[in-house]
Amino acid sequence: MSDPRELYQQVIIEHNKKPRNFGDLEPCTHQAHGLNPLCGDDIVLKLVMEDGAVKDIRFQGHGCAISKASSSLMTVNVKGKTQAEAEVLVDQFRAMIRGALDVEKEPHQLGRLTLFAGVKDLPSRVKCAVLPWATLHSALHGEDTTSTE
Amino acid sequence: MTTATLLDPARIRQDFPALTTPFHGKPLIYLDSAVSSLTPLPVVERMGRYQSFEHTNVHRGVSTLSQEATDRFEEAREKVRAFINAPSVKNIVWTRGTTESINLVAQTFGRQAIHEGDEILLSAMEHHADIVPWQLLAQERGAVIKVIPMNDDGELVLDGLEGLITDRTRIVGVTHVSNVLGTINPVKEIIARAHAKGVPVLVDGAQAVPHLKVDVVDLDADFYVFSGHKLSGPTGIGVLYGRKELLEAMPPWHGGGSMILSVTWEKTTFAPVPARFEAGTPPIAQAIGLGAAIDYVTALGLDRIAAHEHALLEYATERLSAIPGLRIIGTAREKASVISFVLDGIHPHDIGSILDHEGIVVRAGHHCAQPVMTRFQVPATTRASFAFFNTREDVDALVSGILKVQEIFQ
Repeated sequence: MSDPRELYQQVIIEHNKKPRNFGDLEPCTHQAHGLNPLCGDDIVLKLVMEDGAVKDIRFQGHGCAISKASSSLMTVNVKGKTQAEAEVLVDQFRAMIRGALDVEKEPHQLGRLTLFAGVKDLPSRVKCAVLPWATLHSALHGEDTTSTE
Repeated sequence: MTTATLLDPARIRQDFPALTTPFHGKPLIYLDSAVSSLTPLPVVERMGRYQSFEHTNVHRGVSTLSQEATDRFEEAREKVRAFINAPSVKNIVWTRGTTESINLVAQTFGRQAIHEGDEILLSAMEHHADIVPWQLLAQERGAVIKVIPMNDDGELVLDGLEGLITDRTRIVGVTHVSNVLGTINPVKEIIARAHAKGVPVLVDGAQAVPHLKVDVVDLDADFYVFSGHKLSGPTGIGVLYGRKELLEAMPPWHGGGSMILSVTWEKTTFAPVPARFEAGTPPIAQAIGLGAAIDYVTALGLDRIAAHEHALLEYATERLSAIPGLRIIGTAREKASVISFVLDGIHPHDIGSILDHEGIVVRAGHHCAQPVMTRFQVPATTRASFAFFNTREDVDALVSGILKVQEIFQ
């Protein structure tokens, strides 16, 4: 990345300041706790799944702008999706961050989530961006806790 | 200041190739010596010379090479002894670092002295290395950990110390200089007050030895521990200083070669200290490297280093304090050249990433001191630490970098 401004774009700054779907969600049907022990990012993700789809989703916790904006944009993007569709996004997001999916050249359903493509050039921040997605995967698969370590 | 001359950072920086090599296309501004100091060329060259021309195992065999390697290795121990004014080289145990030194004390002295219901007293600003080894022991033994509190400036509150040291207290652990807050603790006073109640004290000197002249006899420390890699030396080498009668009463920890007098299937007798605690082949080049690092900082002069760093600390404190939305964590009266800070609404990891792009290396995170983060109700801080090679221009670059972070996050 030539300049961190390319990553810290207005959308990410704005979602960091005013995260969407932030707060507790009770009753919920699925939940998981995601931890990044190295840097202390910490999120609790709760979902209401109905008829195989994400009816509602909320997150709480604290972390850097990358993890918070990633959580916020994730909730916006998976709300209303079926579990299968949400899992496609989990896989594609992880592939993009790992550098295995070139969002410029290959087909994908990530939409605005491609804002995070630049994270692949900041190895120390990969875990921050991926944490909410790993936590979503855990929640959907009935695992209580996710750690990026 | 007692010395007539000042340090010359421009000349000193020639000893650190990383500082004269572009980093992200910019000059490297290294403000992270508290995490690990850069290694000066004379130390690298000394280790290289040893490894290339002088290396074999130590304390083994009759070859000239082995004898000379042993002599160099033991000369390094003498340099450490002189550096902290220990009475004898027998007080100096080589370890892998501060963490291993503390684990050694916990697993030998601690296992002998600490039983169910006993108490371990630690300060509120300990690094995880001086918390977790004691917690492991306390869990095993059913012992209790108690904490010396600190105030909002990051100074230990010692008014109630005599109340915290009870007839069940078996050891006090306190850091000489806080790695997060920079606080220089009055360890001599703490040791005297603990000794008045018959309790020994372990001092974590990892952050102190690079900045202060340490005299273990004057402090009257029972154990004093530090690492090579924060003192311009290599990783993988550290020091446990122990009072003679304590070390001699402690059982072995790791078993193996070098730590024995004789071994039969029935019984092993152990070597006297310090060899008793040095099983296996030690980190020889690293010990010699630490000796060279001690020569290096001694030649610069610890009083000159302290004066240079103190001037930088004062300048940085003044400049950082003037930034709106910036709060310094750790405002003790007595500080070493470490400044932790937080910015309103901006997480330290984002600060660290943006500063990194500017060529400025700082530490962002919990600094292996999560109880300190909890005490100040922050998830993490950004920390700048200054060494003898840093300059006022480095501080200016940090300030510009922070302003850029704030601009991006507007």
